[in-house]
Amino acid sequence: MIHSLFLINSSGDIFLEKHWKSVVSRSVCDYFFEAQERATEAENVPPVIPTPHHYLLSVYRHKIFFVAVIQTEVPPLFVIEFLHRVVDTFQDYFGVCSEPVIKDNVVVVYEVLEEMLDNGFPLATESNILKELIKPPTILRTVVNTITGSTNVGDQLPTGQLSVVPWRRTGVKYTNNEAYFDVIEEIDAIIDKSGSTITAEIQGVIDACVKLTGMPDLTLSFMNPRLLDDVSFHPCVRFKRWESERILSFIPPDGNFRLLSYHVSAQNLVAIPVYVKHNISFRDSSSLGRFEITVGPKQTMGKAIEGVIVTSQMPKGVLNMSLTPSQGVHTFDPVTKMLSWDVGKINPQKLPSLKGTMSLQAGASKPDENPTINLQFKIQQLAISGLKVNRLDMYGEKYKPFKGIKYMTKAGKFQVRT
Amino acid sequence: MTDSKYFTTTKKGEIFELKAELNSDKKEKKKEAVKKVIASMTVGKDVSALFPDVVNCMQTDNLELKKLVYLYLMNYAKSQPDMAIMAVNTFVKDCEDPNPLIRALAVRTMGCIRVDKITEYLCEPLRKCLKDEDPYVRKTAAVCVAKLHDINAQLVEDQGFLDTLKDLISDSNPMVVANAVAALSEIAESHPSSNLLDLNPQSINKLLTALNECTEWGQIFILDCLANYTPKDDREAQSICERVTPRLSHANSAVVLSAVKVLMKFMEMLSKDLDYYSTLLKKLAPPLVTLLSAEPELQYVALRNINLIVQKRPEILKHEMKVFFVKYNDPIYVKLEKLDIMIRLASQANIAQVLAELKEYATEVDVDFVRKAVRAIGRCAIKVEQSAERCVSTLLDLIQTKVNYVVQEAIVVIKDIFRKYPNKYESVIATLCENLDSLDEPEARAAMIWIVGEYAERIDNADELLESFLEGFHDESTQVQLQLLTAIVKLFLKKPTETQELVQQVLSLATQDSDNPDLRDRGYIYWRLLSTDPVAAKEVVLAEKPLISEETDLIEPTLLDELICYIGTLASVYHKPPSAFVEGGRGVVHKSLPPRTASSESTESPEAAPTGAPSAEQADVIPPQGDLLGDLLNLDLGPPVSGPPLATTSVQMGPVDLLGGGLDSLMGDESEGITGTNFTAPPAAVPATLGAPMGSGLNDLFDLNSGVGSLSGSYVAPKAVWLPAMKAKGLEISGTFTRQVGSITMDLQLTNKALQAMTDFAIQFNRNSFGLAPAAPLQVHAPLSPNQTVEISLPLSSVGSVMKMEPLNNLQVAVKNNIDVFYFSTLYSLHILFVEDGKMDRQMFLATWKDIPNENEAQFQIRDCPLNSEAVSTKLQSSNIFTVARRTVEGQDMLYQSLKLTNGIWVLAELRVQPGNPSLTDLELSLKCRAPEVSQHVHQAYETILKN
Repeated sequence: MIHSLFLINSSGDIFLEKHWKSVVSRSVCDYFFEAQERATEAENVPPVIPTPHHYLLSVYRHKIFFVAVIQTEVPPLFVIEFLHRVVDTFQDYFGVCSEPVIKDNVVVVYEVLEEMLDNGFPLATESNILKELIKPPTILRTVVNTITGSTNVGDQLPTGQLSVVPWRRTGVKYTNNEAYFDVIEEIDAIIDKSGSTITAEIQGVIDACVKLTGMPDLTLSFMNPRLLDDVSFHPCVRFKRWESERILSFIPPDGNFRLLSYHVSAQNLVAIPVYVKHNISFRDSSSLGRFEITVGPKQTMGKAIEGVIVTSQMPKGVLNMSLTPSQGVHTFDPVTKMLSWDVGKINPQKLPSLKGTMSLQAGASKPDENPTINLQFKIQQLAISGLKVNRLDMYGEKYKPFKGIKYMTKAGKFQVRT
Repeated sequence: MTDSKYFTTTKKGEIFELKAELNSDKKEKKKEAVKKVIASMTVGKDVSALFPDVVNCMQTDNLELKKLVYLYLMNYAKSQPDMAIMAVNTFVKDCEDPNPLIRALAVRTMGCIRVDKITEYLCEPLRKCLKDEDPYVRKTAAVCVAKLHDINAQLVEDQGFLDTLKDLISDSNPMVVANAVAALSEIAESHPSSNLLDLNPQSINKLLTALNECTEWGQIFILDCLANYTPKDDREAQSICERVTPRLSHANSAVVLSAVKVLMKFMEMLSKDLDYYSTLLKKLAPPLVTLLSAEPELQYVALRNINLIVQKRPEILKHEMKVFFVKYNDPIYVKLEKLDIMIRLASQANIAQVLAELKEYATEVDVDFVRKAVRAIGRCAIKVEQSAERCVSTLLDLIQTKVNYVVQEAIVVIKDIFRKYPNKYESVIATLCENLDSLDEPEARAAMIWIVGEYAERIDNADELLESFLEGFHDESTQVQLQLLTAIVKLFLKKPTETQELVQQVLSLATQDSDNPDLRDRGYIYWRLLSTDPVAAKEVVLAEKPLISEETDLIEPTLLDELICYIGTLASVYHKPPSAFVEGGRGVVHKSLPPRTASSESTESPEAAPTGAPSAEQADVIPPQGDLLGDLLNLDLGPPVSGPPLATTSVQMGPVDLLGGGLDSLMGDESEGITGTNFTAPPAAVPATLGAPMGSGLNDLFDLNSGVGSLSGSYVAPKAVWLPAMKAKGLEISGTFTRQVGSITMDLQLTNKALQAMTDFAIQFNRNSFGLAPAAPLQVHAPLSPNQTVEISLPLSSVGSVMKMEPLNNLQVAVKNNIDVFYFSTLYSLHILFVEDGKMDRQMFLATWKDIPNENEAQFQIRDCPLNSEAVSTKLQSSNIFTVARRTVEGQDMLYQSLKLTNGIWVLAELRVQPGNPSLTDLELSLKCRAPEVSQHVHQAYETILKN
């Protein structure tokens, strides 16, 4: 199982190590550093690195490498999933996951890691159980602790850990009982030069924030459950009920959680809400190139497109760009060659555009590659797949909860080739 | 008020300061001090000197302080074993605490203190905790057994903890079950032989129940454990699959992949006609696709596994090509894997899309990726014949971009396309030649030179082109030099008049001025060839080449099957069996897919029918052994058989005997296959025709196999007494079988131990499995006088009448002399039946191996055979077992061998040799044959050959 964990920052310093079995010398990370050097960019460091006696599995998040050391055959996905869970837990505890924050809370981090694994076996990874065991630091609590001498370690057995609903603690009480569900869909798409869709798929999630007293039993039904043929559920969802009735039936965890994630595959027709018209041309002889892009709405079901940001990695040969946007602000970093244009909201009457020239390296031949345009946007009140929640019912408790559903569509990896 | 303050004290007296604080009376100060100590520890500072002071803080009611001290103890107990004993008492006391959290914490921490002396004290508390009333304590104790086993395995066994752990599999709490399984799996990994997790339908049922209720991590442990179980029939396999399928919708990708492993493995047992089988196939696709929307690290592992799944069951993802399209900001390791899978999924239906994508990728920034994309276009051309033309034109477009590395890659793959589709796309050669000057990588230069040499007759200035390369001959890499040498020789053979000078030049460059032995030797061979017999040279150098196929980059089927059992593990990421890389190679058990079972339904399936039905018929048709003997008695022994019975007899026998009839029908389709491919595999034949004019000296150079095989002859067993004198009125017969230069002989030694002379010898065989019969009468020239011995070689033919014997290699013989008729039976080693032309072409081998159903595969071990693969090969070759291919996987040599029996049955073998490891002298042999009955006899033949 998982032997040790090293946290490494982007400048290559190991700033935390934790061992669950015998101590593994930190020199094992040298193999990691070698791989890091070869990879040139942090994102490209391979996630599995063999060394003579160990295997290093790493994830890269928040500019920190989380490197797990294993010695025997362990499912790598198990380790990687766990590492992501560690990051999520840190984020949950401290709000952000960064080197200074981890250093500031090193003892809590250490205690949490100790609770998460025992001898390399996962012990408690549910955030609400962990929080019962080790209280997350808050300013108030720190002050109180210093005055009263109490601790941030719970001395009660985390009850949830043994119940049949380990994700929910008992004795939850709220004065305002509320349950909010956010249906968030991200479109991953590749659009080719001519504007036709090469591939498009939707990654959807339903995130919930449930603050309900006692042991509520919820059912959530959809207008069109047939859309959901590829789903992953939170463990609280009763799978049998879904199989037979296409209804989500569950006792929710307390607080924020992801109820389900789903995938609408490329085989279904996915509506593409925006289009990009582009004209980027380099000429062989001239040291100037022309650049022009326009963004416009396509299939938006009448909703407004907001938060549009266009980014593009320009070829190395581009020295600088002189552009004028019809709206929003743009920046071009001559070092990283990254063009970024914060468009904002699209007004269908007056389409935003960005026009101008690029100055190219004099004498050099025209760049081999075409820049790809990356698009971000948001559409409120719309789930692009057409998914709609029908109703939410609560059983098991007497009070009337306040219920709310929000829809949103976002761009995931939305790329337009030029 | 953050923890960073604990790092600030770095002055020299730090340790003293901490010591004072630790011994302070104030609780608060103590706790702060311990926190400082822990903080120093986490960043790797040595604070072990504070051990006694920290341990003193352990006896406290404050849970946080206790936990902190425990953290410290775990880290430093190893370096201070004597001091650690001080802590034992507190642990033992804590194990009795009314609070289960404290009990669990104590037993958990104790297990982490890796000090032998402490482990003795741990046993009693652990035993209690394993039976604790609180499941939280029990599940913690279960893991503790694994920890203890890691420190002192003997102790765990002596104390009987393993049995207690096994009992916990039936615990009422699913988490306890999951942890017990996890602990047992970890222990089992270091003891592969021990039967710790012996699973039976009852325990499987328990696990499946726990699967629904335990945490995600527990589900992974249970699923991985389930994957090791072999259901007894397809019904059981199906019911397990049904209960595992819901796990495919789990949010944790590791759970999903472990479930996929179980399903992929058990699916093997399900009949393909079953509705459930196709439902299951359909259910597998969405979760695999979903894995690709996760974080890149997860994607990578998922893609490596999908790569295996696609090779094993391409039908699952055949419609999902688009999800493997590359996004420009994917990490490079994800891009490369996606590309690989795209090629595997490429088919006529989607090739247009794939090509458009690949062309797009070829204009990206990342050089490695671009190169691989260009190669991928070439692989598509080879894989999907209909697309070849489009691929070639795409490649030409790319060459027009003049991007240096794109051009070079394109030329390398076009060479492969020429190999696959000769005489089809030569029109592009002109374009290629234009780019000759821009090639600076050896592989591209070599490819270009190969093209020029191969098509020299169509390139007007081929001689000039090659000559231009010759100028810097010594600066070229070996690859290019070798290619240049061959190309110029080809050119010379095609246009001898104009290029004599050129060929002289290159031959002298290669043989006289080069210090590379490969180059020199190749130069000499060409030189001699050209000077001895130009016609033969032409036949050799310009011989028709076997076509290449896309299979070259597939994983061997046996390895693939093994890897399918390891889905989701490191093995699946590396595409190597765990034995090839797991630390210390602790005798990893090879896993294999379960065979498809023949239960009531599957016997009706068409697949099972051909093998099942005839053997059932046979049972009635073959007369019992007793009758056979009667048959033999009725033989007319008067006139000895003067020649082999006609082949037609075996046809008449058809319905009666299994090997001749039932199996013939099986053989039918195979032999068609063989003749079909014989045309495409001429190189084996070329050296043979060459042998005559060239003299036998060169023969060895070209095909060691046929040379050695035909000259030395196969292994000969020592003579054994077949018929003792007591039983045959004084005639003692001993003998053996040999095979030499294509013919089988029976070497007999007749001794007269009677008091009278013997005359009128004759011999007759009963019908036998392989149609062995005397090819000439038994000739004993003079009467055999008392105490005299004669040696006789009796040539045998293998075209006699056929009848299946039990055992297969049984031969019943009748010998007659002037005194009486005597009967005896003997067993022959099958290797005398291995024919000289039993070498299969590589491609053919691969295709046949795949084609033979897995249930026909038989596994054997050949113990104590301390030979390396070279020696093994040579030894086997002299007995007509031919090594077709050889592969080295992390210190293990895999030899792929073929042999053919006299009746045309092919046997394919995979032999695993571990030469690097003197302690592992066992060879592993897997045999595949359409007539699985022969496998065990072939194995015996292997044993005899290798051990003598």
